[in-house]
Amino acid sequence: MLKTLFHDPLRLGLAQAGAAAMAALIVVFLARRRGIHLEKELGIALVRGLIQIVAVGSVLLLLLRAPNWTSIFLLTAMIVAAGATSAGRAKGMPGAFVVSTWAIACGAGSIIALMTLLGVIDTPITTLVPVGSMLIANAMNTNGLALNRLRSDVIAHVGEIETALALGADGKSAVASYVQGSFEASLIPAIDSLRSLGIVWIPGLMAGMLLSGARPLYAAIYQFVVLAMIFASSGLTSLVSTLLIRARVFSSADQLMLRPGAPA
Amino acid sequence: MELSSATHLVNSIALRVDNLGRTVSGKILLENISFSVPPRETLAIVGPSGSGKSTLLRLLNRLDEPTTGTVFLDGVDYRELPPRELRRRIGMVTQRPYLFPGTVADNLQFGPRQREQTLSDTAIERLLGSVGLPDYALRDVANLSGGEAQRVSFARTLANEPEILLLDEPTSALDESSKHGIESLIQTIMGKKSDLVPGSDEVQHQPLSCVLVTHDMAQASRLAQYAIALAAGHIVKSGRIEEVFRVEDPVS
Repeated sequence: MLKTLFHDPLRLGLAQAGAAAMAALIVVFLARRRGIHLEKELGIALVRGLIQIVAVGSVLLLLLRAPNWTSIFLLTAMIVAAGATSAGRAKGMPGAFVVSTWAIACGAGSIIALMTLLGVIDTPITTLVPVGSMLIANAMNTNGLALNRLRSDVIAHVGEIETALALGADGKSAVASYVQGSFEASLIPAIDSLRSLGIVWIPGLMAGMLLSGARPLYAAIYQFVVLAMIFASSGLTSLVSTLLIRARVFSSADQLMLRPGAPA
Repeated sequence: MELSSATHLVNSIALRVDNLGRTVSGKILLENISFSVPPRETLAIVGPSGSGKSTLLRLLNRLDEPTTGTVFLDGVDYRELPPRELRRRIGMVTQRPYLFPGTVADNLQFGPRQREQTLSDTAIERLLGSVGLPDYALRDVANLSGGEAQRVSFARTLANEPEILLLDEPTSALDESSKHGIESLIQTIMGKKSDLVPGSDEVQHQPLSCVLVTHDMAQASRLAQYAIALAAGHIVKSGRIEEVFRVEDPVS
């Protein structure tokens, strides 16, 4: 329908973005009727996401001509930005930004480096940056989920945790089950993506490769490769971030520092 | 289970609190708190809600860090002890039992397991006997009544063989009859009464001292020999319980 109205690709794109955003706004409206207020957060996220991706699209034009070694700076910048974004999910967690950035750097960074060395990810900037960004973005989501879950679990179980401490447990064992639970919960999206691959969704990367003329079988296998890398980097990120944050939730005298009433 | 060393039997003070205070982001929660607890005696901390009773108790096993002062356990500054060892020796029972999922025995094993020790079945039975729950070892804690759960919580703390027992409103979440039962249990544990609970003689020999936080003055008189009264984070009265309560408002 939109295609008959707009012929210029840019205008068509904006119209499509408007239609998709409308669907999101309907969700906000429905949520609001049930007393859940998403409008502020989602409104900002939608506008911000659009501006960011358009800016990156413009930068990509330049990138196509940039030397390959600049990838490293771009990916580093992405990791720091990802750390800042997911730290926002863990407000009140001491050192959330540092922990998130380290976790994403360890998780996504190491998998990107390893896979590039092995030749699984091509070195040209036009491959490395988009594929790397997928790993970083997924690591960021996983990290945010893990920290958010751990934070709410700890706050909901202060009584149990302090009981364990009062019985002579150290902080590490007092929160062991919550750390485990957060780790598992944070990986549900990555595991489900792998499980439903090709059945529930044909991911964007494969669609893009097919559109640009790659052989379907190779596109399919490479999509699996990407999802497996996403799983590996997300898992590693979540592991590192839950372990790092665990140490910061307690003082050196095994006192629980995260309490209800910490900024939400 | 071995009983704790008897060294502090010769001491006249089990726990000495020296100028303890806690300030959080500029707000004074407690200031200038000093008192001591003799061995085998119970000291009640009383006062209106918000006066700092529970805050004070949490400083005694170092769940929170004091901003001033310190606590001497058996003459030793408690900051020189590893926190886990300190909390084994200063046990705590809270208003709600917060039992861990699993059986009653699992809960009793929790403390010893933190030090890589295991309680024998006999030790578990003896502990359960001492809190009036014989043959409860294999029950799932999910099926316990409020009073039973609180008894398990006492047994779990006693499994650590503490020297000091901190009780934070231990009966305020219970109905009248369970409340009476727990008060009786506390008297037995403290060796002030020995005829009710089978197997209780095992426990009496532990040279326990007790700090009880309660808003219930009558309960404090029934259970404690000493008391401090707090108001707005300060001690307003302290001494033997009858002295502290003599001029207290008789209605409360």
